[in-house]
Amino acid sequence: MFKTFHKGGVHPPENKLSAGRPVEPFPVPATVAILLSQHMGAPAKAIVEKGAAVKTGQLIAKGEGFLSGNIHSSVTGKVSRIEAVTDASGYKRQAVFIEAVADEWFDDINTDTLLDKEIKLNAAEIINKINESGIVGLGGATFPSHVKLSVPRGKKADFLIVNGVECEPYLTADHALMLEKPGEIMVGIEILKKALGVTQAHIGIEANKPDAIALMQKFASEYTGVKVHPLKVKYPQGGEKQLIKAITGREVPSGGLPVDVGVVAFNVGTVFAVYEAVQKNKPLIERVVTVTGKNIKNPANFRVRLGTPVAGLIEAAGGLSENTGKIIMGGPMMGKALAIADIPVVKGTSGILLLQDDEASRNKPQPCVRCGKCVAVCPMGLEPYLLMPLSQKNEFDRLESEHIMDCMECGSCSYICPSARPLLDFVRSGKNNVGKIIRSRKKQ
Amino acid sequence: MSKILTVSPSPHISSDLSVPKLMYGVVLSLIPAFIVTVYMFGLGALVITAVSVVSCVLAEMIIQRYIMDAPVRIRDGSAIVTGILLAFNLPSNLPWWMVVIGAVFAIGVGKMTYGGLGNNPFNPALVGRVFLLISFPVQMTSWPLPGASRFHYLDATTGATPLGFLKEALRNGQTVPEVMNQIPDHMQLFLGQMGGSMGEISALALILGFAWMLYKKIITWHIPVIMVGTIFAFTGILYLIDPTRNASPLFHILTGGVMLGAIYMATDLVTSPMTKKGMILYAAGIGVITVVIRKFGAYPEGVSFAILIMNAFVPLINKYIKPKRFGEEVKNG
Repeated sequence: MFKTFHKGGVHPPENKLSAGRPVEPFPVPATVAILLSQHMGAPAKAIVEKGAAVKTGQLIAKGEGFLSGNIHSSVTGKVSRIEAVTDASGYKRQAVFIEAVADEWFDDINTDTLLDKEIKLNAAEIINKINESGIVGLGGATFPSHVKLSVPRGKKADFLIVNGVECEPYLTADHALMLEKPGEIMVGIEILKKALGVTQAHIGIEANKPDAIALMQKFASEYTGVKVHPLKVKYPQGGEKQLIKAITGREVPSGGLPVDVGVVAFNVGTVFAVYEAVQKNKPLIERVVTVTGKNIKNPANFRVRLGTPVAGLIEAAGGLSENTGKIIMGGPMMGKALAIADIPVVKGTSGILLLQDDEASRNKPQPCVRCGKCVAVCPMGLEPYLLMPLSQKNEFDRLESEHIMDCMECGSCSYICPSARPLLDFVRSGKNNVGKIIRSRKKQ
Repeated sequence: MSKILTVSPSPHISSDLSVPKLMYGVVLSLIPAFIVTVYMFGLGALVITAVSVVSCVLAEMIIQRYIMDAPVRIRDGSAIVTGILLAFNLPSNLPWWMVVIGAVFAIGVGKMTYGGLGNNPFNPALVGRVFLLISFPVQMTSWPLPGASRFHYLDATTGATPLGFLKEALRNGQTVPEVMNQIPDHMQLFLGQMGGSMGEISALALILGFAWMLYKKIITWHIPVIMVGTIFAFTGILYLIDPTRNASPLFHILTGGVMLGAIYMATDLVTSPMTKKGMILYAAGIGVITVVIRKFGAYPEGVSFAILIMNAFVPLINKYIKPKRFGEEVKNG
């Protein structure tokens, strides 16, 4: 019996259409639009001006906020303009547009693909390098990695957890990366262990990726203190708190961080980026993106330069079909629906998913039959059937005392509801309002 | 691109679960019990089930269209479920017009006065059944004997249910061991060879339906298992105290409406609690009240009343019994 987390969860059809496709390098596009906001915190500040010539991997914007990250050019060329572009959320955000001319890499970035196992930097230097390289969590949350590695005073990490779960249906980017770069991921793990001062690392991978489990186990056996945990297939196991529970049995306290229970967790994509940054001096300028959907002719895993337009990726995978109803950046459970396809790939883009017309529309909501399935599937132990009407009625005190802020927005409640009620829509808006109230209370 | 894309918040996929799917799932799971009741009670079982289902669906449709001026939702299947379950809670020789009254009461008062599906606090089929029991006590407690008169509807040969027989005998000063020789043995009870409400007689058929509903994830095990377990434990204690005055726990769970009530009536999605912990409390409450009524009450049987009483506590249970939150109590080793 595989390990898993025990509270709630759902099992949507997996549809991993691009599983088994290798990681293909995607051609460098003619123009990239590099968003200044590719991390959790405040936007980075551009340090190049219109007309500037930049090389691949050159720093173009500095992350100055606490949860910000540096941003580098993903191509070699000329900054054509710095202006707002529509991002995945539908808002306009500042981006640096670069017209590519060649692909010349900046200074001493090492572009060879030889596996470099020897870790020369010390812990502080590693964290600094990761900060400089603009590495954020590639699982989608885009939390800056150097912040995670700077364990607060008085707290201690016992071990590292590596997230190779990839529990979202359709997505295979992490799976493909594990098959392609197991050696690099292992060195990345050693680097992170050194930075955290821990000796143990646990890799969680869901049982629907037996080839990745076997390969990672084989590579892990060359190292001490690295263990692969095959996990039962269940969404949202890739949620940090659920993964930690599944592997260690430890429960991150409500409102707390993983380090409160002695754990720091990184996505495998992030671990690979750490390897490249520390061993090859290469900043985060590209990532693996799954392009998939039932009507996509050639579902693929591409290695994509940041700033590449989504429309280009879709074209390369066979193009939009007549009956495409929805384009999603990310997975079908937590991804964002795009209004237009001309949106640049960012650090948090794990996949592009096309749904057909009949899959894209929601069913009409019916009255709640009080079946309790939303309560049963909630991984955080909340009661969505109750939160939705409280949110509709703006009962913010009640929402707070019902712990709405614990919601991780995994969507299991809306997914399971037999009456097609948009539970998460209302929980999200309630969370937004309660969050504002909590923040204003703190300021007083 | 000329086409307008759909933009909506996540999640972008949903399970294929729907209210009709749940309801028709319940209907399918009732097939074994229906076959047994038709085999044992024949014509009467067919007439009553048909009258009950048609009356429930028509009552719901008429009320929604002409009284509430609301969208007609009879296609969700919930009225069909109520109709079958009401029929399964009636004797197979009840005059058809009483069935119509019960069905109209079940849907009208039990369900639509509260606003329809999802809003009713009490199980509609049981509301209808108890209304008939109070209004027509004689007809509601005259039980056709199993297999005795398959081709007769109103003039079927009747007799007592095992529970009724036992209660009467104990009142007349007999002891349990003396009575047990005169009623069907446990295997006959398990298969359905006893008098009683149409759908309650065969524990085997009901357990088959339960297994199928579990497999299809329509209900969880909590309510049926805890309710039957509580009745078994409570009657077991009474049996150990005085086996001459109290029937065995196995007799108790195989007779009357325990299996039908535990698997189909207490598990009604709308009128049972939302959390697993709440379900356990609710089911245990039904078990205790059932035994108290059987032991001390005027009626030989108590499942219907016990479920309706615990239905009344469900809002309170939902308010105070909360699921355990993730990270609420931190015990990290």
